Amino acid sequence: MTKIRPETDVSPQEAVFQTRIDAEEKIEPKDWMPDKYRKNLIRQISQHAHSEVIGMQPEGNWITRAPTLHRKCVLLAKVQDEGGHGLYLYSAAETLGASREEMVEALHAGRAKYASIFNYPSLTWADMGAIGWLVDGAAIVNQVSLQRTSYGPYARGMVRICKEESFHQRQGYHIMMTLAQGSAEQKAMAQDSLNRFWWPSLMMFGPHDSESAHSAQSMKWKIKRQSNDELRQKFVDQTVKQAEVIGLTIPDADLSWNEERGHYDFGEIDWEEFHRVINGDGLCNRQRLAHHVKAHEEGAWVRDAITAYEAKKRQRDAQAAA
Amino acid sequence: MSAHMKLFEVFIRSRRGLDHKHVGSLHAEDPAQALEYARDVYTRRSEGVSIWVVNSSAIVSSQETDCESFYDPLDDKPYRHATHYQLPDEVNNM
Ligand SMILES: [Fe+2]
Ligand SMILES: [Fe+2]
Repeated sequence: MTKIRPETDVSPQEAVFQTRIDAEEKIEPKDWMPDKYRKNLIRQISQHAHSEVIGMQPEGNWITRAPTLHRKCVLLAKVQDEGGHGLYLYSAAETLGASREEMVEALHAGRAKYASIFNYPSLTWADMGAIGWLVDGAAIVNQVSLQRTSYGPYARGMVRICKEESFHQRQGYHIMMTLAQGSAEQKAMAQDSLNRFWWPSLMMFGPHDSESAHSAQSMKWKIKRQSNDELRQKFVDQTVKQAEVIGLTIPDADLSWNEERGHYDFGEIDWEEFHRVINGDGLCNRQRLAHHVKAHEEGAWVRDAITAYEAKKRQRDAQAAA
Repeated sequence: MSAHMKLFEVFIRSRRGLDHKHVGSLHAEDPAQALEYARDVYTRRSEGVSIWVVNSSAIVSSQETDCESFYDPLDDKPYRHATHYQLPDEVNNM
C-alpha cells in the first residue's frame, strides 16, 4: 500500500492543487499538477482505454454467429460503441501528454494492463448476454463513480460513456432473459454462462481495499471516488435481484442478505486466480494480445497510405500555389 | 475593420469541469490578440474561466444538407437506445 505523503513536503503549487481538489473543482489539462498525479492518471486512463478496445474481442467473436439478424445488429452496434469508448479515453490520456503510440506500445510490451475479465473466453451465445449484463454492469458501476473523478477530460469522457452504456447492459440482460425463458437447454446455457462470468465480474473491481496498491493516494487526489470494495458491494446488491427475476442462480453458496448491514454478504473471491490472470496466465491473455498486435500491424498500410496521400496533397497544393 | 484581419472562433469554459462552448467570433491580427479581444468582448460578466481561440479557417465542418448521406442519424436503429429493451418492472431501472 502506498503512503500518502505528509503535508510538510508539499510545495505551494501542490497546496493550491490539493485545495482545488478538496473543493470538488476539476483539474484541467493546462493546470499545474504533481507529476505523480499525471502519471497515475495516464496509467489508469490508458488501461481503461485498452480495456475498451481489448474488450471488443470476446464479443466480436460472436458477431458472425448471432442467432438472429437483429441480435447481430445489436452486437455490432455495441462493439462499435466500445471502440468509440477507447477513443474517448485515449484522447483524455493524450491531454496529459501521453502519445497514442506510447500507450499502444506499452500494451503490446505487456507493461500496461487491461481488465482481466477479457482474458476469459466467450464460449456460447449466452456469454454475449452475461458479458452485457455483468461485465458492462460492473463497468457501469465503476464508470458512474468516475464521472466525479477530479480530472476534467476523464470525468467528461465518463459522462459520455455512461450515456451509451445503459443499452449495453440492457441488451445483455435481454439475451439472458430470453434464454432463461426458453427451452431447458437454453436456460442451462444461460446458467452456465452466469456461473463462468460471475466471479471474474467481481474481480473487475480489483483487490480488497486493504491490498490495493494505488488506492490511498488516488482517493486523496479524487482520481478514484469510491473504493474497490464499496463498488463491488454496490454491484452485488443490484445484481442479485436481477438474477432472481429471470430465475437464474448466482453461483455463491455464501450469498445472503444481511439485514444489519443492509447489504448482501458474499463469498471470498479466488485471489489466486485473479493474480494469475492479471499477470498473464489466464485462458486468453496471449490470444488477446497477439490479436491486437496482429490487427495493429496489419493496419500499418492504411496509416502509411494516409500519410503518403497527405504528403502528395501538400506537394500538389504547393505546386498549385507556386 | 481592416480586411486583412483574420477571423477567430471563440470558445469559453464557463466553469471548471465543463466543456468549452462556442460563444462567437471576432477579428484579430494574431492568436494572442484574439485571446485579449475575446476576454474583452465575451467575458465581461464572469462568463468563463478559460478561453480558446481558433482560426476560423482551421475549422473543417460538415453541412446540414449533407446530413443524410454523411451522418444519417440512425433513426432506423432504435436498438442503440436503452429504451428499446423491454425489461420486467422490478429491474427496469437498469
Ligand atoms: Fe465501454
Ligand atoms: Fe459497454
